[in-house]
Amino acid sequence: MEFLKRFAENRGAVAGAIALALIVVMAITAPLIVPIDPMSTRGRPLLPPGGEFAFGTDMLGRDVLAGIVHGARISLMIGLISTVIAAAIGVSVGAVAGFFGGWIDDLLVRITEFFQTIPSFIFAILLVAIMTPGLTSIVTAIAVVTWPPIARLARSEFLGLRRREFVEAAVLSGVSRFRIIVSEVLPNAVSPLIVMGSLMIATAILTESALSFLGLGDPNRISWGYMIGAARTVFRQAWWLSVFPGLAIAITVLAINLVGEGLNDALNPHLKGRVRIQT
Amino acid sequence: MNARVVAEPLVAIEKLTVRLPEGGDRLKAVDGIDLDIAPGRILCVVGESGSGKSMTAHAIMGLVPKPLVSTGTIRFDGENLIGLAAEKHRAIRGRRIGMIFQEPMAALNPVMRVGRQIEEVFRFHGVPGPYDRRVVKLLDAMGLPEPELLRQAFPFSLSGGQRQRVMIAMALALDPELLIADEPTTALDVTTQKQILALLKRAQAERGMGIVLITHDFGVVAEIGDEVAVMQHGRIVERGTVAEVLGNPSHDYTRTLLAAVPKLAKRPAVDKTGDEPLLSAKGVTKTYSGRTGLFGPRRTVEAVRDAGFSLARGQTLGIVGESGSGKSTLARIIVRLLTADAGDVRLAGVERNLLDLGSRDLAPLRRRVQMVFQDPFASLNPRRTVFEIVAQGLLAHGMSRADARRRVAELLELVALDPASALRYPNAFSGGQRQRIGIARALALEPDVIVADEPVSALDVSIQARVLDLLADLQRRLSLGMLFITHDLRVAAQVCDHVAVMQRGRIVEMGPSADVLFRPTQDYTKLLIDSIPGRGAFAAPEAGPTAT
Repeated sequence: MEFLKRFAENRGAVAGAIALALIVVMAITAPLIVPIDPMSTRGRPLLPPGGEFAFGTDMLGRDVLAGIVHGARISLMIGLISTVIAAAIGVSVGAVAGFFGGWIDDLLVRITEFFQTIPSFIFAILLVAIMTPGLTSIVTAIAVVTWPPIARLARSEFLGLRRREFVEAAVLSGVSRFRIIVSEVLPNAVSPLIVMGSLMIATAILTESALSFLGLGDPNRISWGYMIGAARTVFRQAWWLSVFPGLAIAITVLAINLVGEGLNDALNPHLKGRVRIQT
Repeated sequence: MNARVVAEPLVAIEKLTVRLPEGGDRLKAVDGIDLDIAPGRILCVVGESGSGKSMTAHAIMGLVPKPLVSTGTIRFDGENLIGLAAEKHRAIRGRRIGMIFQEPMAALNPVMRVGRQIEEVFRFHGVPGPYDRRVVKLLDAMGLPEPELLRQAFPFSLSGGQRQRVMIAMALALDPELLIADEPTTALDVTTQKQILALLKRAQAERGMGIVLITHDFGVVAEIGDEVAVMQHGRIVERGTVAEVLGNPSHDYTRTLLAAVPKLAKRPAVDKTGDEPLLSAKGVTKTYSGRTGLFGPRRTVEAVRDAGFSLARGQTLGIVGESGSGKSTLARIIVRLLTADAGDVRLAGVERNLLDLGSRDLAPLRRRVQMVFQDPFASLNPRRTVFEIVAQGLLAHGMSRADARRRVAELLELVALDPASALRYPNAFSGGQRQRIGIARALALEPDVIVADEPVSALDVSIQARVLDLLADLQRRLSLGMLFITHDLRVAAQVCDHVAVMQRGRIVEMGPSADVLFRPTQDYTKLLIDSIPGRGAFAAPEAGPTAT
């Protein structure tokens, strides 16, 4: 397939895709790989890596490896769900604003800008603090602060596409507005949205980690950010407590970014500038 | 200077080949052509899209897009331009060989004043400054008004013709021996085209340089060419002086192309049908207004002003005019894609003014007036199959999928396409085929009126002729009323029974096409007719006795 071929041309993207696939498999099969409760005490506290515990234990004697493997589930799940929600809000708002224009557009753009003027991370902290920390509140907070850029992108795509002749032809044929938006315009706008969405998952994972680091995560579930946050007091005695979850975050975010870039090249081949002028 | 210099070609091309990447529909864009470009002559390279004419020009400039490689020899002043070191080539490009392009807006830097862009040519080629006088002189020589002021302008504030003049000024800044012009007037109006061609001819005569002019239009060839090379599928099929080739073409392809060139010829007038008009409009007016910035002054543009016409069943009314004359706006108002400020549009059998109808009342009437669009690439949704595109109206009006499938097969046959193509996507079709799909879509709802907005202007001449024939044939068979928007008077002469000439939003002259196009009363109409390229060469024989 043309798309896969173009994607495979970007080696970084392939490496990212493989790494991401491994992380996803690890998250899904976590109970099988490490069939223990990551919150339970398994041995003596602060054991260094190697020996019985490959990644060592933390100050409560919990297995760091188990934490990393199980934490992947929370990180990926939050990244994915919050991005899907943000994309749903953003695409709807952007599509309506871009397609109809006029006062609807003005109104929706003002609302979008209102959300964009608040520093997003501080806004997320505020939302989580108000809603009591937990999985739902984190997902909601991330979705609420990340939809505006998606809305703006969707709006600009729709603005350009609604003037196209095939949209006019659909109007003349008596196709309903809703169907025009969903089945004529959206499929043509979807490539840049997919690229942006994939990059947004990475941002969402980072935001979740940062919230958990600040102690605003779900206290009953292990996550990478929570692990780093808990380890910061003993950083000088037990480096492995923050380094391993930190690496996990870095690798995951990097992998997603590489995949997103690969998607961008594969979906928008004309933007890559592959036809260069001989000089 | 000895006598041999005259005989020696400026550029000698031998066995020039440009291979295309594998998997395309052809192996070579340019297939082993030999071509001599004489100094001090205008050589026109003519061909349809995909004939390799542009690629040849780009090969001379060393601007073949990266994955492609050109082979063979292009000899210029003792050096082979193919495989020449990049810096040597750069020194030749711009200084000794200049180039202008089809779309001057795309070729100019939008955020740099045009004077500075011309200065850059001098600067890059190491000509010492100051440049002010030279730039002004150049702009003046290009016939641009107030060169001192215009030098400070940004490209967006210039008209299309002015931009092309600036491009020519840049190309001629260093007095090149050869100018390559790639479709320099295709994006311009006829009246502007005439001026630009005259400017090129004058510049060529003054400097004694050679020009290679790439074009698809034999009218342009007849207008300024000395010699002509006809290209097809990457090969040169005919070469000779313009008089020889146009007067006595030896190759079949040249003959086909020449025959397809639309001619300003009278067509037999259709007997007037006395019945009530199918579609009529009165006093249609549309004004665009916009502010520049929040508190800026309000600017208003009268796109259409007090336009009126009437169209009978089975007749074609042509609306001709240059870009910005409001002809497309008028068409979009008639089909209600745009809302007019005022006016009265009546459709036979409807008691009310179409322009006053709300969207609910309008919905059942939409099917009676359908549109064929200009750009066969933009008017078909690339993500939907031909079936979905043609059937969208049928399905929206509640036809079952099975019935729609049968109807689409019928429609595709009607526009001479294989019914099996219903399952394919638009990218599998050529421009002409796409336009047929667009026509099938317009016919799907069995309309009474077709509004065709420049339906052939994006197509090659030979395909143009076939699509025009198809439209005329369908119109006769289905006895449609057709509103035909075009900028090309020759096309209008071929298909229209009546013609309305628009200028700056107003209809300045209207009547039977035999009157308007052959006995024009308005100066503007006369100017348009005079500007048709190669009018002398293609003066068509009078069509037979005009029936009354």
